[in-house]
Amino acid sequence: MTPKEQVLGSIRRGLRRSALSDEQAAPLRQRVAAHPRHLIPARSRIDHAAQITLFIANVTKEYGTVIRVGGVADVPGAISDYLASQNLPSRIVVAPHPALRDVPWHDRPLLEIREGRAGPLDPVSVTQGFAAIAETGTLMLPSAPERPTTLNLLPDTAIVVLQASRVVGPYEDAWDLLRAEGGMPRNVMFVTGPSRSADIEQTLELGAHGPRNLHVVLIEDHVS
Amino acid sequence: MHISSPQFHQNARRAMADAGLQKALATSRPHFLERRANAVANLPEFEMLRDTARDIKNHTLAHLDFYLETFEQNVEKAGGKVHWCPTADDARDAVLRICREADARTVTKGKSMISEEIELNDHLERNGIQPVETDLGEYIIQLRKEAPSHIIAPAFHLNRDDWETQFRLSHTDLPADRVFAERRDILTEARAKLRARFLAADVGITGANFLIAETGSSVIVTNEGNGDLTQTLPRVHIALATIEKVVPTLEDCTSLLRVLARSATGQDFSVYTTFSTGGRRPRDLDGPEEYHVVVVDNGRSGMLGSEFQDMLRCIRCAACMNHCPVYGAIGGHAYGWVYPGPMGSVLTPSLAGLDRTKNLPNASTFCGKCESVCPVRIPLPGLMRHWREREFERHLTPATQRRNLGLWAWFAQRPALYRTATRASIGALKLLSGKRGRFKSLPMAGNWTQGRDLPAPEGGTFFARLAAAERARRP
Repeated sequence: MTPKEQVLGSIRRGLRRSALSDEQAAPLRQRVAAHPRHLIPARSRIDHAAQITLFIANVTKEYGTVIRVGGVADVPGAISDYLASQNLPSRIVVAPHPALRDVPWHDRPLLEIREGRAGPLDPVSVTQGFAAIAETGTLMLPSAPERPTTLNLLPDTAIVVLQASRVVGPYEDAWDLLRAEGGMPRNVMFVTGPSRSADIEQTLELGAHGPRNLHVVLIEDHVS
Repeated sequence: MHISSPQFHQNARRAMADAGLQKALATSRPHFLERRANAVANLPEFEMLRDTARDIKNHTLAHLDFYLETFEQNVEKAGGKVHWCPTADDARDAVLRICREADARTVTKGKSMISEEIELNDHLERNGIQPVETDLGEYIIQLRKEAPSHIIAPAFHLNRDDWETQFRLSHTDLPADRVFAERRDILTEARAKLRARFLAADVGITGANFLIAETGSSVIVTNEGNGDLTQTLPRVHIALATIEKVVPTLEDCTSLLRVLARSATGQDFSVYTTFSTGGRRPRDLDGPEEYHVVVVDNGRSGMLGSEFQDMLRCIRCAACMNHCPVYGAIGGHAYGWVYPGPMGSVLTPSLAGLDRTKNLPNASTFCGKCESVCPVRIPLPGLMRHWREREFERHLTPATQRRNLGLWAWFAQRPALYRTATRASIGALKLLSGKRGRFKSLPMAGNWTQGRDLPAPEGGTFFARLAAAERARRP
């Protein structure tokens, strides 16, 4: 008997039945394929403008920061102003994402820019967010060649650029966006605020192993 | 298996006398209670979500074989591999084999209770591989060569001084006269030390809060980001998970996540909730090349179909121990094995056998607080009672206790005699207590009166009062 047969056999003994027949398994397969939603809290079932407001409030509550800008052209200014205001280095590693290639970085020649994944010495990363969940102020950051995971983890400061139209209410809406736009990648991170630990006397300290600062640049794109 | 549960009474007594531990419990516990209460108060649907969470887990457990096989198929579709492990030995060997095939010298680890259960670190060390715990709490207890005292806050028993002392002892390459002015300085030092470890590791081992059948994903929930660095930077990622972690779909997982962080740390959502599905994809710039899921049974399947099946719903949030007055008095180490508090008092006898752990289901006043906060509504006091019954049936209960229980049962089955006797003793106690209405000491109640006075009964028995009330109500 293989180890797998041992484990499954023992489970079936406990459940007092043999392996499910095709007929018995059909409704379960159907349940997986249809992935029905359960109860979704009312707090995020509101109009889109209110979802954006809720998202910003929740990010702020979780010690992140958000700035709203009018368009892609405002991104370099918003980022360099943020870095200057926080006394952070203006050396950024940018995700190789088409939307970020459209950003007029040359408007701010003092920004020192490299494109690629993050290394251990990169102080600041800029990535393109995939979606954001208003319910808890959570960013959905799936991996892809143009979305390296290390950018979300290694730098001290993580800056996420996101179109306001990509803010959704509950997590379930974000999953549906992901399913519609390519399916499950190698890695999906839900990020809610900067890294922290409460392991020392259960008292919250920001800046554990991941970024100490999480900043969201929200671009108004007038899609309701 | 290192287990000191048979010495529970001595452990508990030592814990009550341990000033450092008592200070840590007094400092840390209120934070958990307050944060959970706030999180729950801010979500009107919370009680309904607990029902949903329970139902999802029950559905999954009833079809556990199906969902585990579906999970495996989808892991393989994503280029990963599932290793089925009936026992702790099998799981240790599977991890070691993967590490050897990867030619690993060091592995980084995210926090995992199943890794503690199977004593993985000792096994890796014995075989020349150095495991490095990267969760802040796990890191310090690894330095101190201790076991975790809490399932989500491993260093719950330590005070700030203990951290400073240990870091000075262990990080000898740093200036001895450095100052730890704030907690943040401790955190910053650990971060710098561990950053080098993350970058050097050959294999990263994480646990899993959930496995998703629909997608073949393993899910970790953390606040520090150490789990993510552990599973992203090394060439090989191993996720260790027990069979009951599987859920059918992303939606099922999402519903469970809504109650997990709120019950655990009182956050609406943890900082990092991450879904890993297979290894690096073509053109990806980072991520592990290999993805393995080690699926461990180690006694869980034996709980299916028994009165302890409900325990398999547990999502390891620790709300039960955070709210338990017994845990609050003695901390986690006194319980003697990996899982402390009410959930441990049910789970440990199932996994380690009742003979060695019969004290644990008795370490409860049945106040019911644990059940009232459990996000998946596990009837913990009821399950502890089942263990007490088994203990009695199997004659594991001490002779004096059996005799007293037998005596009580004999009386209880003779209602007339029982009522007469209780009426008489209540009257006698009332008389003996005199004007003070309480006893400073009483024969056979020494353990009680040592710490506080015993109040004398007032009025008659329950039945006498009930009868009087009914007479009064009748016209």
